[in-house]
Parts: sequence; structure tokens; C-alpha cells
Amino acid sequence: MSDSMQTLEQHTKSDYKYGFTSNIETDKLPKGLSEDVVRAISAKKNEPEWMTEWRLKAYRQFLEMTEPKWPNVDYPPVDLQDIIYYAAPKKKKKLNSLDEVDPELLDTFNKLGIPLDEQKMLAGVAVDAVIDSVSVKTTYKEKLAELGIIFCSFSEAVQEHPELIKKYIGSVVPANDNYFAALNSAVFSDGSFVYLPKGVKCPMELSTYFRINERDTGQFERTLIVAEEGSQVSYLEGCTAPMRDENQLHAAVVELVAMDDATIKYSTVQNWYPGDKEGKGGIYNFVTKRGLCKGVNSKITWTQVETGSAVTWKYPSCVLLGDNSVGEFYSVAVTNNRQQADTGTKMTHLGKNTRSTIISKGISAGHSHNSYRGLVKIGKKAENAHNFSVCDSLLMGDKCGAHTFPYLEVQNNTAKVEHEATTSKIGEDQLFYLMQRGLSEENAVNTIVNGFAKEVFNELPMEFAVEAQKLLAISLEGSVG
Amino acid sequence: MLTVKDLKVAVEDKTILNGINLEVKPGEVHAIMGPNGSGKSTFANVIAGREDYEVESGSVLYKGEDLLEMEVDERALAGIFMAFQYPVEIPGVSTSNFLKSIVNANREARGLEAMNAMQMLKYIREKIELVGMDEKFLRRSLNEGFSGGEKKRSEMLQMALLEPSLAILDETDSGLDIDALRIVSEAVNKLRTQDRSFIIVTHYQRLLNYIEPDFVHVLYKGRIVKSGDKSLALELEDKGYDWIKEEVDAVAV
Repeated sequence: MSDSMQTLEQHTKSDYKYGFTSNIETDKLPKGLSEDVVRAISAKKNEPEWMTEWRLKAYRQFLEMTEPKWPNVDYPPVDLQDIIYYAAPKKKKKLNSLDEVDPELLDTFNKLGIPLDEQKMLAGVAVDAVIDSVSVKTTYKEKLAELGIIFCSFSEAVQEHPELIKKYIGSVVPANDNYFAALNSAVFSDGSFVYLPKGVKCPMELSTYFRINERDTGQFERTLIVAEEGSQVSYLEGCTAPMRDENQLHAAVVELVAMDDATIKYSTVQNWYPGDKEGKGGIYNFVTKRGLCKGVNSKITWTQVETGSAVTWKYPSCVLLGDNSVGEFYSVAVTNNRQQADTGTKMTHLGKNTRSTIISKGISAGHSHNSYRGLVKIGKKAENAHNFSVCDSLLMGDKCGAHTFPYLEVQNNTAKVEHEATTSKIGEDQLFYLMQRGLSEENAVNTIVNGFAKEVFNELPMEFAVEAQKLLAISLEGSVG
Repeated sequence: MLTVKDLKVAVEDKTILNGINLEVKPGEVHAIMGPNGSGKSTFANVIAGREDYEVESGSVLYKGEDLLEMEVDERALAGIFMAFQYPVEIPGVSTSNFLKSIVNANREARGLEAMNAMQMLKYIREKIELVGMDEKFLRRSLNEGFSGGEKKRSEMLQMALLEPSLAILDETDSGLDIDALRIVSEAVNKLRTQDRSFIIVTHYQRLLNYIEPDFVHVLYKGRIVKSGDKSLALELEDKGYDWIKEEVDAVAV
């Protein structure tokens, strides 16, 4: 084996850069899952009775479900009784300004590189940060409120906008949709809520940062975005977690609803702790994300850069109900060391002239396994539906795996469906060529990887595209030199 | 500039170069010719630092330093440039961004300041003109979908931009029509200076109609079996390689 091949395999030596813990006092429930725990969470959050009942119904449905086994991933069973379902940074009182936020917490945000200060306003980003279970601070709420935009934590929305929550919660991802969605529905602790009134174009990027901090906690956040007729919003979520020897569970639900002519762009930079080089520790990321293009001419775009988690199970999907609606999925998934990812999308065409685009770029290194799983479904009434899919895989070294599972169900013969798939290896020829021009090995690898993922990076908001490129470089950084 | 002594190189336990001796002084142009399989490309790749080759013995000094101890990128930054026979495609990497990053990487290595966007554009345009390319190609992905001629011209452009001390052209003339051949050789001739040396690896003599070498070496069975001046190339054109093979093989028997 040549040296450059070895280098590719050794592109694994970098350490997780976000692996610190913060000593923030927390208020948490004891480990374990039961109806009492569900009630306790609801009570902690002072929820109205309908919300408690909704949770309990979900919990009872959950009890009758089993963990799905079809993803192409392999992990020991999760002991749901060994998880803490609620851990909140202890609040002394309700926070009104950043000055009142625990300095340690602010420091955490700084380490994450997301200063919660007014500088972000210049960057045009409004931030909601969720640490463990509770949403800590939403910036620029007032400014957004002037336009009638609601951007707040999910818990706050339950208190202040119950009619909206009641109307839309579970409307896209029903509580009993799948095992992990049902679990989330029972025990979700917080998350974000966004509401755009008719005709309003959100003037800034909205952003949420999720961080699991407390040991043995699971994180079960819920995000709901409702875009009324003619409105537009771009939303970004980022995720990190400290390094732990044990695996931690993250089971989120995201629901998007777009009415007539509305556009929702949802971008994720997922960097949960992936575990160490031998595969010890790391986050189990079992997430249900679905968008409903309810109105005519509506559009939902999912863009994801997935570099973290020990095991990922995630299929951001679009239900194209409105005529002429558009669904898009752009994904870069990187796996290294012992990471496993089974990710992709579902595009369900129900309305006429609906269009969907899937661009999936999988990068596998080390001993990792990276699977694309996608379903394109064209319903009976979906006249002239059109799907275009590209699934490309890039292998680094010869111990990793890339798998593609495309599914197609077409019930209307006017549909046009195109699928392209390629698998390539970072070649020694490419590395040699770039290095012969004076680029370092690391630089050469980054150049090739960024070129491979370019179509997806182009979909990210500018500043996040830069962040995503850095993240990719960190994830694959290795033994160069 | 370059001193090669008794260089023996194997690929997968098979000896390809069997004792090469070569001295290249600043400003000299050496042509290395030979029949297919004689080891020409191996020689070029070993100088550039490709890792599939195992150096069994011998030494290579470049500007007084042990070249064989240097990594590929170190050699490049020290002024060794190889124009590839088959430049690889790198999808999604814009040619202009790539050119900027290699120019600045090389400038940094020489202790020069990085060029800003304006300076870079001016510099690249200047060199584009020198190799007779269309500026549109800057917006394309590196080498992707380039025709054979475009790839070779792109190599010449990179050579012009990086201003190497030693340029190795590995069968740069293969697959080129006569116009492209002229453009490539004009680029080389324009870049010839008193300090810059060239090693031109080629199977055919025709490139040497345009680039006049100071020395011509014939490589056969991993050895330089004959050296001479330009007239040797013409003789090869006339008589082919067979007479050399016969001469060498007769001695071996």
C-alpha cells in the first residue's frame, strides 16, 4: 500500500473540537421513562391539559411500537430507562436580557462560535439556543415581532400561541408516525417555533443551536415552522455535544408547513459528537423531519451537512400536496472512523406539476458506512410530476462503505423521473496532481472533497457554507505531515 | 540543477529504471526519448515524487539537496513542475480558484506576498495570452470535460504561472494536432531562460522540431543507452528505434 493511501485511511486522527462540557447547574428529572415522567415533563413546563393529554396519547401509542430495524446501521439496543428525559439549566428567574444569562452559558456559546450578542444582528441572524432540554434565549424576537413573525421556544409557544400549536403539532409528522417520533411526541422538552404571517418575507436568517450538555440525557426537541401564504423564511440549525464514553440519544421531530406561494428553506449543520476512533460513545441521531407543501406553488428546501453522530437515521422529506409545489433535498453526509449514517429523503408527489430535486453527496472514510436511502413516490393524481435525483458517493481509503437504496413508486404514467448515481474514490492520481502543484496533502484532500460537495454548499447561506466547509475539513482532518 | 546518479527504480518488484545517470545544468533543455516501455514516464514520475515507485539505489540531487527525501508538495514548492501526460479531472473545483491557490502557495514558499484578487486576475490574463487559451475555461471545473489539447494548454498555463526552476514535460505532445503542438512549444520557448531547465520526455521527434534541445538521450530497458545533440533525434526520426535496440541487445549477448 502506498503512503498516500495510508494517509487517506489515517484521515481520522483529529479530535472532536466541540467536546467540552459546561458546569452549568441543571434541574433534571431522574432517569427513566414512564407515564409519570411524561406528566412530570409537562408539569415542569406548566403545560395546558390538552398538551399533557397529547403527550400521553403519544406515549401510549409508543408503547405499542417497536424500534425499526430496516436502516443499514448496527448498534446495541438503546436502554430507554437509562436516559434522563428532562434536564434544564437552572434558572433563577425569567431572563430578560443577555446580561442575566449565566456567564458560563455565554462562554459555552462563545466556544461554539455563536456569540449571542448584537453582532449577530449585523450578520442578519436571529438565534435560539437549546441546551439540553430548554431553549435559553431567543435574540431579535422584538424586531421580528414588529413584522408579525413569531420566533420563540416551543414551550413559550405552547403558552403564548396555543391555538397555533394545537392546530399544527402532529399535522405533518403524526405522533404515531414512527417509533422515535412517538417517543419525541411523548417527552419532547423544547425546541423552536416559527410563524410567518401572510406575505411576510423574513428579513434575516433564523437560527437554532442545539447542544446536549448533561450526562445521560437524551435530547428530544421539536421544531415547527408555519409559513402562511406568500411568506418566505430561511432557517438554520446547528448541533454539538460534549465527548462522552456512553452513547446519547437524540430523537427530534421537525415539521414544516408551507401555504400557497410560501417558501421554507431549512438548513442543518449537524456536528453531534461522533464517538471516538474505536466507535466508543457518540450520539444516536434518530430524527424525523418532514415538510408539507400544502399550498399551490409552495416550496420547501432541505439542505443538510451531516458530519457528526455515531449513528444517523434521518430522512428530511417533502409531501408535495399543492399543485406546482417544489421539494428539494441537498445533502452532504460525511462518515469517518466507525460512524454509520443511513440518510436520504422521501419526495411524495400528490399535486399536479409538482417537482422535486434530490442531490445527495456521501463521503465515507475510515471504517465508516454511509447509506443513501430515498423514496420518490408519484401519486395517482400527480399529473406531470417530475423528479431528478443524483446520488454520488466518495470513498476515502478501502475500509469504508457506501450504499445506495433508491426506491421508486409511480402511480401516474405522466411522471418523469430521472436518477443518476456515481461512486468514486479519492484517487491517488488526483492527490498527486494537486500536490505536484504545491498544495499540502491536507489541502489537496479538502480541495477534492469541497469540489465533490460544491452543489450542496451552493445551497447554504453564505456564512454557513464557509462554516460547513471548515467542518468538513475538521471531520476529515488527519495525519498529514 | 539536477544530478541523477545510478538511479534504480522498481514498480511492484519489477525493475524499471536500471541505473540512470543524468546531469542537468541551469538553462539546459534535455530531451529523453525512447521506445514504449523504456521507463521514460517512470523517470519523470520519480523526479516529481510519485509514491508508487520504489527507489532501489542511487541518488538524485536537486539544487544540492537530496530530492528523494522530499515530499511531492515540497518538490513542487522548491520549483519542480511536471506537465502531466494525462491531467486528471477534479470535479467541482473551479479552475480559477485552483490557479489562485497554487500561485499563492508557491509565492508563499518563495517568501513573496500573496496576490490579491486584482493582481491575480491581471497575472493570470497575462499568462493565458502567452499560452493562447480562451478565458472562459477559467470558469470550468479543473480539467473536467477538457479536450486533449485544452488539458495540455492548461498544463502549460500552470507552468507559466508557477515559473518553475525545473520543468518536466511528460509526453506533452501525445495526442496533439499540429496547431496545439505549436502552441505548446511556443509556450516552452517563451519560458526558456538562462536559469530554467527542461526535461522533455517524448516518444516522437516532432516536438523537437519546435523546441530545440541541448541534449538528446535515448532510454532503453531502463538505461540511457545513447546521448547526443539534436541530430540524434533526427536520426531516430529517420531510422526508428530498432537500430538502437539491436546495438544494445547485441552488446548484452
